Amino acid sequence: MSSRDAILKRLRQRLDGEIPVPPSDFTVMTERGWSQEERLVRFEAGITAVRGEVVKTTRADWTRALVQVLVEKGVGTLALGRFHDVTIEAREALAAHDITLVDADRDIESWSREQFENIDAGLTSTQGGIAETGSLWLWPTPDEPRRLSLVPPIHIAVLDAGHIQDTFFDVLRDRRWTEQMPTNALLISGPSKTADIEQTLVYGVHGPRQLVVLLRQN
Amino acid sequence: MSQPATAKSSEETLQGGAATPEVQIFDPRHFHQQAHDALGNPQIRGNFRKAMDGLMQKRRDAFVEWDLETLRQLGANVRSRALAKLPDLLEQLERNCQANGIQVHWAEDGDEACRLIRELCESRGAKRLIKGKSMVSEEMHLNAHLEEAGIEALEADLGEYLVQMAKETPSHIIMPAIHKNTSEISELMHDKTGIERTLDADTLTAAAREQLRQRFMTADVGLSGVNFAVAETGTLCLVENEGNGRLTTTVPPVHIAVTGIEKVVEHLQDVAPLYALLTRSATGQAVTTYFNMISGPRKAEEHDGPREVHLVLVDNGRSRIYQDDELLDTLRCIRCGACMNHCPVYTRVGGHAYGTTYPGPIGKILMPHLLGLDATRDLPSASSLCGACGEVCPVKIPIPDLLVRLRKEAVGEGRGNVPGAGVKRSVKEVTAWKSWQWLATHPVFWRLGTGMAGRFRALSPGHLPPWTDYRVAPRPASKTLHAMMRERRRTEKNS
Repeated sequence: MSSRDAILKRLRQRLDGEIPVPPSDFTVMTERGWSQEERLVRFEAGITAVRGEVVKTTRADWTRALVQVLVEKGVGTLALGRFHDVTIEAREALAAHDITLVDADRDIESWSREQFENIDAGLTSTQGGIAETGSLWLWPTPDEPRRLSLVPPIHIAVLDAGHIQDTFFDVLRDRRWTEQMPTNALLISGPSKTADIEQTLVYGVHGPRQLVVLLRQN
Repeated sequence: MSQPATAKSSEETLQGGAATPEVQIFDPRHFHQQAHDALGNPQIRGNFRKAMDGLMQKRRDAFVEWDLETLRQLGANVRSRALAKLPDLLEQLERNCQANGIQVHWAEDGDEACRLIRELCESRGAKRLIKGKSMVSEEMHLNAHLEEAGIEALEADLGEYLVQMAKETPSHIIMPAIHKNTSEISELMHDKTGIERTLDADTLTAAAREQLRQRFMTADVGLSGVNFAVAETGTLCLVENEGNGRLTTTVPPVHIAVTGIEKVVEHLQDVAPLYALLTRSATGQAVTTYFNMISGPRKAEEHDGPREVHLVLVDNGRSRIYQDDELLDTLRCIRCGACMNHCPVYTRVGGHAYGTTYPGPIGKILMPHLLGLDATRDLPSASSLCGACGEVCPVKIPIPDLLVRLRKEAVGEGRGNVPGAGVKRSVKEVTAWKSWQWLATHPVFWRLGTGMAGRFRALSPGHLPPWTDYRVAPRPASKTLHAMMRERRRTEKNS
């Protein structure tokens, strides 16, 4: 008998018989009843508490905020996708600036080391945010692959204020994740951090050292 | 706990290779000696006390806005439901993972899982494996197994990296290097990697980042654990702060995830309450930096991510625990470590004294099943049964009850279905308790006995180790309480 069958057989022929199935009431995970204003306050408080930087801007003006962030942080090389609205607008705005733009929609094998060593920042869109925990949620795509939000030392994420929901549970349910799970889905809450050295909180251990959220309000 | 002698070669840990692993061994059979040593080490006691006090406060603060009891009940029910349907869910998980392109493997025990992983590496010519944090891989001693086969297994979680560098084992399941303070870590990194000594945690962390990024770029295989495996969608969820878990599962061409069979949950929405409980219970965080949900390798149109994803499902004693209604609760555990953080014994003796992969209260109720009660006989007794572990457990595992159950099993008074049951049974002890029971239920003989004890109290032994090591020997009173009460009543009546 294979290990698989042996394990399953033992589980099925359980000595103490069937186990009762308890009910699961998820009310505690949802129905926060927060206003849009409260959601924004909570999102910002949550993500800034773990050193995420929030730059409030508008849909019309956000690329100006992006340029300002890039200049302030001395970003010389920015990796980004090509097809998302966010990246199209960003590319237009950055054309006049002295910042090298690197296409992210290429097979990683051709630029893996370059991504590790020569990229100052990665720009991504986001699917939404979570007010309760100050989180972004991303579904990486061929245009904005998984490593774009992970390997460059600065991650700049664009979030629409209207896409912030109360809780993770609400996002899973309302956005119907189960029907369309991507190969990789991510919640991101702040830059990479550790407290493994005597509980001292240090940001920027393996992933990005800085996370900037360009929060677009109407 | 002395540091083991190690060669001062940076090659050894950083370059890895086939060197014989010299991990410092603590053994659960020597719990008493190890606890004694730890208690005599003010450094260890200080490091743990400071850390645990902070963690308890952070946990309390993190649940302030929550109806904690309702949330814990939901967490417990979600886990219980998964266990009630375990064989079906494992099959569903396998089906959905396979449909997503994840290859699923099953292992009866740690050795088989090690073999499976080694063969996966060997058949791909993989020599360098980089690891995200995985307690199951610790449980099955994967690193030692791979290194014997000439495959380097490098830990990338900062705490695990330091612990591996020191040739030690983790002393806490969430914070592996909690037993070390900054100056010890500085000395260690200076010694092994040649960096300048510094007490600045930022500088030390930055050095580790540089060292490990080089290794991520060149690793052949990334190995991770799994926090929750979702049957409904064939999704592997990983909880972490550092990003090493994401790098491990994203950068190398092959990702192998290894997990115990009990980690499966039924629905995707089940992970929401478990994740909320896990991070708050573990470190008092409302959320970790990353929640990484993997549902397959890189698709044809995608540009990064591993080409292959494997899931190794490990039983290693879990299906035996599963048989028993009471012991079953052990399998609800989501490995947050809150029971350790709140345990007065753990806080004093630290994680290594237990000599087991999982230390503290959860280790005391889990390790006897994995190693047998013969090796772990002292662990269920290493508790004052204060109940703190049960009170903070996010999935309401009745840890104190399970400790009592394992104590019974150890002395042969249980169901006899735990390996090594009855190992602590002693004829002397059994006779003593039986005699006590008989005496206490026969009043005439009880009175006779207590009367005799009072009369001949001068003959009672003064040397009763281990009690008298630190205390005065108890001496029977000259008059029993009953006798004194009788006298008092007589006097009251006469007056």
